[in-house]
Amino acid sequence: MRKAFVQALMDMAGDDERIHLFAGDLGFSIFEPFMEKFSSRYINMGVAEQNMIGVATGMALSGKIVFVYSIANFPTFRCLEQIRNDVCYHNVNVNIVMGGGGLSYGSLGVTHHATEDMALMRALPNMTVIAPGDPLEAEQATPACASWPGPCYLRLGKTTEPGVHESLPSFSIGRAIMLRDGKDATLISTGCMLYSNVQAAEILAGRGISARVLSMPTVKPLDRDAVLAAAGETGVIVTVEEHSIIGGLGSAVAEVLAEASGIDCKFRRMGVKDTFTHNVGNQEYLLKAHGLSVDDIVNTVIDLKKEGR
Amino acid sequence: MPEDTIDYKAFSTRIRAQVLRMVHRAKSGHLGSSLSIADILAVLYGRILNVDPAQPDWPERDRFILSKGHAVSAVYVALAERGFFPRDWLLNYYLNGSHLPGHITYGVPGVEASAGALGHGLPIGCGMALAAKCDDKKYRVYVILSDGDCDEGSTWEAALFAHQHKLDNIVAIVDYNKIQGFGRTKEVLDLDPLAEKWHSFGWSAREIDGHDHRQIEQALLGIPFESERPSCIVAHTVKGKGVSFMEDDVAWHYRSPDDKQLREALDELGVSE
Repeated sequence: MRKAFVQALMDMAGDDERIHLFAGDLGFSIFEPFMEKFSSRYINMGVAEQNMIGVATGMALSGKIVFVYSIANFPTFRCLEQIRNDVCYHNVNVNIVMGGGGLSYGSLGVTHHATEDMALMRALPNMTVIAPGDPLEAEQATPACASWPGPCYLRLGKTTEPGVHESLPSFSIGRAIMLRDGKDATLISTGCMLYSNVQAAEILAGRGISARVLSMPTVKPLDRDAVLAAAGETGVIVTVEEHSIIGGLGSAVAEVLAEASGIDCKFRRMGVKDTFTHNVGNQEYLLKAHGLSVDDIVNTVIDLKKEGR
Repeated sequence: MPEDTIDYKAFSTRIRAQVLRMVHRAKSGHLGSSLSIADILAVLYGRILNVDPAQPDWPERDRFILSKGHAVSAVYVALAERGFFPRDWLLNYYLNGSHLPGHITYGVPGVEASAGALGHGLPIGCGMALAAKCDDKKYRVYVILSDGDCDEGSTWEAALFAHQHKLDNIVAIVDYNKIQGFGRTKEVLDLDPLAEKWHSFGWSAREIDGHDHRQIEQALLGIPFESERPSCIVAHTVKGKGVSFMEDDVAWHYRSPDDKQLREALDELGVSE
């Protein structure tokens, strides 16, 4: 996913001299091609995230389009006030790119688990929050961020996610992407849980449950129409995200459903529990520990269906 | 403007008097902080800054950032004096429905960046200075910092960055009045020797009397002090400067003058209400 981002950025940078890339002393084996080709528009900002965001704001106020990159919580939590007061308040074209969303860095421990980032970013006025579901979505989200006039938060996974889409989807900020239609339930994911939802839908189909699969790369602004259509047409919605159950996709969908009138829809949020994990393990291991395996998704849908509509 | 035609004394007195009236009317605070920078602003807006009030967005303009955004009342007066917006706006400073909030705010004509939380101004200024280098533009970036700004780690991150990238088009002016939000710097976080700190971060630093117009002007005309190095002016100042009973007193970070105190203060400045 990160390589898809860098390739898309390079494709743009060739045509648009306003594009700059700042890295927070990270990006080994990812940014080298950009550094070589666009050396004057790449800066390793050092381990100084607050300054990185401030400098990006000053550049953007001077007409540049800046992508800043770091991993895990470093480009969000460490410099949250700079993101709020500098980037969002001035409403500038600064795009904060994070590598290692959710539990990607599994065994490295809790400091490297980015599991509350979307909640923070979503609460900031002017901020757009995007977590692509696979490398193709990341590739299309990158130019969409650059051409979006205000700030974006682009939450990427690792380098090894499976491609889920067979061809380039029609990516548009604020729009859900339907991968599979269904009439009995809807699985909505943001970010890399997309592949798990596709697998879960396949298993559910074998058990006679027709599940719609929506990729929701944009958590803010949320595609309310797609949520309401799914609620009305399938009667069951399960949100699945590699993020705390507080404040992310599940919360955003819950807000839409709670305020909708006349909709009878069973709803569950699946996400990282509101706790720090003391388990040690890789991403797959930790996802299972948080109840986010494919089987967990399947069982959640089946349980909701049993409750009846 | 040739320097002998600029009456900095009169300009700085107008800033101080108007600030007193604004803060009194609004019952707001941060008076000492604003009076502290009045002389620096008089020189910047009187002569140094290459700006055009008729075209606030002129791409070649110098950029001024008030990192100590709470001292904004003084900047609003300077901007109104230069014609960026009507003087009438000053009357409603801080009040409901005003154009002018109590911390410096982007969108007010002539304001380059919002600030209010400390430690934000120098990084943003570095971004503007870097953009000038990228585009081969000649404008300069002037950032006024407070003692409190120098407590923030982000300021020193930016100090490292400006040196690394040879930003000789940025100037940090520290309003070094040695009183921060709730005490003297000596008793809270001692910044001394401050000029040496900037120097050790790779800046070319000079110390001046921040109320001596001639010293301020000479320092600002001498920028960059060294090529390929950012410049720092450590301006020794007095919080609340110009009104004897407000000088060097942390209380005037918070207090608003009553009617009698306003009269006395204006009397000291030699202006009428």
